Amino acid sequence: MSPRRHPSARAVSTYLFLRPRLALLLLLAPPLLWLGVVYLGSLLALVVQSFFHLDGFTGQVVRRFTLLTYRDLLAPANLDIALRTVVMAAAVTLAAAILAFPVAYYMARYAPPRVRALLTLGVLLPLWSSYLVRVYSWKLILAKEGIVSWFAWRGGLGPLLDAVLSLPVVGGPSLSVSPIGTFLTFVYVWLPYMILPIEAALERVPRTLLEASDDLGASPAQTFRRVILPLAFPGLVAGSIFTFSLTLGDFIVPGTLGNSSLFIGQAVLAHQGTAGNIPLAAAFTLIPMTIMAAWLLAAKRLGAFDAL
Amino acid sequence: MADPGAAPVVRFDRVSRRFGDVLAVDDVSLEVRQGEFFSMLGPSGSGKTTCLRLIAGFDRPDRGRIELNGRPVADLPPYERDVNTVFQDYALFPHMTVGENVGYGPRIRGVPRREREARVTEMLDLVRLPGVVDRRPSQLSGGQRQRVALARALVNRPRVLLLDEPLGALDLKLRQQMQGELKSIQERLGITFVHVTHDQEEALAMSDRLAVLHQGRVEQVGTPVEIYERPATAFVADFVGISNLLEGAAARALRGSEEPFTIRPEKIRILDAGAPTPAGEIAAVGRVHDVAYLGSHTRYVVAVDAGATLTVIEQNRDAVPRDVQGARGRRVLLAWPREQARPVREPG
Repeated sequence: MSPRRHPSARAVSTYLFLRPRLALLLLLAPPLLWLGVVYLGSLLALVVQSFFHLDGFTGQVVRRFTLLTYRDLLAPANLDIALRTVVMAAAVTLAAAILAFPVAYYMARYAPPRVRALLTLGVLLPLWSSYLVRVYSWKLILAKEGIVSWFAWRGGLGPLLDAVLSLPVVGGPSLSVSPIGTFLTFVYVWLPYMILPIEAALERVPRTLLEASDDLGASPAQTFRRVILPLAFPGLVAGSIFTFSLTLGDFIVPGTLGNSSLFIGQAVLAHQGTAGNIPLAAAFTLIPMTIMAAWLLAAKRLGAFDAL
Repeated sequence: MADPGAAPVVRFDRVSRRFGDVLAVDDVSLEVRQGEFFSMLGPSGSGKTTCLRLIAGFDRPDRGRIELNGRPVADLPPYERDVNTVFQDYALFPHMTVGENVGYGPRIRGVPRREREARVTEMLDLVRLPGVVDRRPSQLSGGQRQRVALARALVNRPRVLLLDEPLGALDLKLRQQMQGELKSIQERLGITFVHVTHDQEEALAMSDRLAVLHQGRVEQVGTPVEIYERPATAFVADFVGISNLLEGAAARALRGSEEPFTIRPEKIRILDAGAPTPAGEIAAVGRVHDVAYLGSHTRYVVAVDAGATLTVIEQNRDAVPRDVQGARGRRVLLAWPREQARPVREPG
């Protein structure tokens, strides 16, 4: 006896069961439409926009193919912005990787299940509260009368703090209005995005691989360099994509904690909002995309995805 | 071949290892001699793999002393022991080619590239797997991975090679072929092999000597013939091959003592119920309870009047009657030579 179903429902089920390709198509159509139209479409629109130009007299966008916008993009002031942002993103990524690796390694290798669940929760917990709230908290923490500077002066490290703040380029009147403060806040807000992919990659490395390396005469340092690091590399790359691109596009952290020098995100905001120069804003956003594409290609060359 | 006079390569002296409430290795003492093929045979949870890990250095004993080549190794990490392992899951590095996997040991030791490549080629030839140097482990079959794992572990020419259920994942035909190859590689290189398995046939076929482990303890150590023909305990008799265990009243009725003994099914002959007891043999009258025709041999289950059920195996050397099952229910006389009844220690 077959279970009782409505005859028409049964006909549809049978029809689809006999045509698995059609069923798959129906299943994938909504996400494919979403990705294709909304995501790739807007990306394409962005690229197209970057080849238009803003007429300086009329303030109107001239919808004709031109490289004038790219000439503007290569102006020294804009290159400064791009360089500053890229250096910051690279520094944030490096620091996040260095901080994240031991945590991820402990979670994947040693932590008993309960501790691991707690640590995962701990890593994710900050993401539950608003990003803006957390950034403003850091502004208070790093302010001249904030807790960091209070502890530094109490602990006799005040002169050291002053020395750090008086460094050229990265220093400033207080941590909250210096590139150092921007850097610290970036590392804090993006760290979870680095920990989780590394942990996922390390978790997939069977213990016997490490034992095999030990067994064949490799010291712990050699095992780390030749087995653990290469196998964690895809995770590191995934994490770096997050930290790098999130830093490249962010305008809130540098706007809240930095000094007055602009980052790419702020430049984009200024051009497309205040100045109405959408072509230049679009051209700016192509910088992070180009950098990410180059980084992914380099990672592939380095063999990051060979063991996947 | 093993030289019984030589100093032991591996020595366990009253070694114990506990995991929580479980005593995985319980007061084990044993010696593995230079150049021999030594197996540790036991069911899962018998402590055989833990013993192997203690030799490799992946784990440390809670009590007792382990020596390699006469040197205590309590404080020696795995990478400083002259021992290599073939892992059960092969543990090949997925991000390296076959050549890089096999060359890993020499590379770590700083062997120059030229010599390294020569040794990799030599090892891959030895395990009969030429021409795969540039492939990835993921592109190989299970049997091929097994050979790569073997080549990688042998390339350093260790004093002792440890094999953890090396053939467990292979199908029967391949397993039997690899048994022969492992044995011949071992004889060719003269390296001591310590092999862990739960497969009694594999242990009997390959080993010079074997230890049977049960619940963390060594039940018996001996050559395959000693283990099979003269099992020391009821567990060994039962785990290695098929065996009939007789104890209590049945043992008294048949052998004149309540001391438990075992008798192998193929040592028992089936005679007509009225036949006289052959001289020097133990005989028992019973009724055939079950008959299973298994091609090369037939297995009978006989309920003996003395109060026991015995399994008997008869080789089908002569023509088999069409109605094998006709023996069912028939009364028969079972007889076996007195010395084939092996007294065993009470189960521990």
